Amino acid sequence: MTTALRSDVMTSLEGVAFAYPMPEGRREVLRSVDLTLARGDLVALVGTNGSGKTTLLRLLTGVLRPDAGVVRFEGRPLTDWRRLDLARRVAVLPQQLDLPVGFRVAELVGMGRAPHARRLFASTEADERAVARALADAGALELTDRFAEELSGGERQRLLVAMALAQEPDLLLLDEPTLHLDLAHQVALLGTIRRLRDQRGLTVLAVLHDLNLAAAFAPRVAILDDGRVVADGPPAEVLSPDLVRRVFGVQVDEARTPDGRRHLALREV
Amino acid sequence: MRAAATASTTTQTVNTGPSLTRVTVVLGSGAILVLTAMVVAVAIGSVGVGVGDTLAILGHRLLGLPLARSVAPGAESIIFDVRLPRVLTAMLVGGGLGLAGTVFQALLRNPMADPYIIGTAAGASLGAIAGLMAPILLPVLAIGIGSSWLGLGLVQVLAFAGGLGTVLLVYAVSRANGRVPVVTLLLTGYAVSSVLAAGVALLMFFSGQHLGAIFGWLMGSLAAAKWTNLAFAAPLLTISAVLLIVRWRGLNLLLLGDGPAANLGLDVEREKLMLTMLATLATSTVVAISGTIGFVGLVVPHVLRLAIGPDHRLLLPASVLYGAALLTVADLGARVAGGIPVGIVTALIGAPFFIWLLRRSRVVRPVVTP
Repeated sequence: MTTALRSDVMTSLEGVAFAYPMPEGRREVLRSVDLTLARGDLVALVGTNGSGKTTLLRLLTGVLRPDAGVVRFEGRPLTDWRRLDLARRVAVLPQQLDLPVGFRVAELVGMGRAPHARRLFASTEADERAVARALADAGALELTDRFAEELSGGERQRLLVAMALAQEPDLLLLDEPTLHLDLAHQVALLGTIRRLRDQRGLTVLAVLHDLNLAAAFAPRVAILDDGRVVADGPPAEVLSPDLVRRVFGVQVDEARTPDGRRHLALREV
Repeated sequence: MRAAATASTTTQTVNTGPSLTRVTVVLGSGAILVLTAMVVAVAIGSVGVGVGDTLAILGHRLLGLPLARSVAPGAESIIFDVRLPRVLTAMLVGGGLGLAGTVFQALLRNPMADPYIIGTAAGASLGAIAGLMAPILLPVLAIGIGSSWLGLGLVQVLAFAGGLGTVLLVYAVSRANGRVPVVTLLLTGYAVSSVLAAGVALLMFFSGQHLGAIFGWLMGSLAAAKWTNLAFAAPLLTISAVLLIVRWRGLNLLLLGDGPAANLGLDVEREKLMLTMLATLATSTVVAISGTIGFVGLVVPHVLRLAIGPDHRLLLPASVLYGAALLTVADLGARVAGGIPVGIVTALIGAPFFIWLLRRSRVVRPVVTP
């Protein structure tokens, strides 16, 4: 193993630019993004709709290739990684996923083992243990024999988390994981992610919309605006009313929670 | 999420695939069904040969067992030269259509998909009809019409090439920025099929005395089954079936969508190309020896998905066995009904059965929930 050579950096984007090809020219999304995730980092990525948060995640998985700059994983440019090797290390919880009908939760979570598959038809005991652990970690163990199409929004999200965890990733990318979830489920889900990061040393990058939720969840917040990372640091420093006005064009007031943390309050709409 | 802290230390396992018992029951019943249908279909015909005699003849010719003297003279030839090739063709064609239909429904994430959907049928039809009419179109070909190429007639060769060539064209046209979106593939297939169908209609308009033959081919028939055709089709179908069945994992992942499949390590574009070409190879082979038999490739995957679930690990081999059994029985019906094209039987019985099934199942199951 090359453990001794491993740096603390898990993945990085260096001067990354990306534009979607469109019939009438190109739509520039990222101009020059620099972002580095250290091993064990827990980072919330925020920004307006269309600011390129999902694009950034897709660049990190290699599904998209940057027009300029370089994306690295474990120090090596993503272009040097085989898709299968990357899938053994990086898992994604997508913003939207159409689940196929008729599969049971266990079968779907089993699909998360695909990059580790060793046998042509059978799964290994390691696969079955990983699936059980992923289900337990995601709090989805009681859903094991249910059909995916019968799940509620919160249960469905737990299934998707379990699928991603079954990959046994080192880096977990979450694209708006709290979308469609009520407050209790939002807190429960992010609590699970945070605990996994604390216990397993997972590195996590999560796209979030709720700034207060991001501040409560992540010790580090990165803000994407106009194709660049315009702020990156602890939420107490980064999420100021001034910056929120600049990035989102919305007036917010600053309040303090009883334990001294900053809270951003909307003015009456 | 409450269980997270306590359960993470357990060493239990969760089974993610079909149990061995389930696999044995599903595939075992399928195999028994196919073999039973085969023996019955070989035994029944205008000249009655009992099941016992049929088994004796099959045992004699296939396994080298001694033949009992009681078997009627001529029966051996009827069984071995006429009925057996036809029944084996029905099995191959049914299995190929069931398998290709299953692959296309998953690949295109569309419950309406069948083996013909992206242009195989239209291309093969145009090829076959051009072959049937070759003597009129190009009188010089009339000399070659009776000759064969690799044991195949001109019609079969052109049908096979037409089906395969059309899909290659559709796939190339659908490609943009190194990707082939399935919706584009479907729509391009539909558009190209329409153009080719116009060509088919035009040829039929000028076909004169060939119209009957053309129509029979379009309906799909196994009446022309021959050992030489089987020698061409069996290896191609076996190879494509094996290569498709071992791709079950990729097919399952593609049901999640291109992006999620890529994140699970699948080389999505390569896999889609492989699956499309293998399923098209199977379909074109089948169509070349039987014409365009409808409904088998649509119904078999749906019935099986309702009965045994959508996991392609079991669904793909099952679709071969149950597709083979279905068409063997349907062709027996076609022969008993006075030799009508088997395509009429599959449409006449298959379609109402399919409607009944859709109404009976709690929900009409699409392949993917939006």
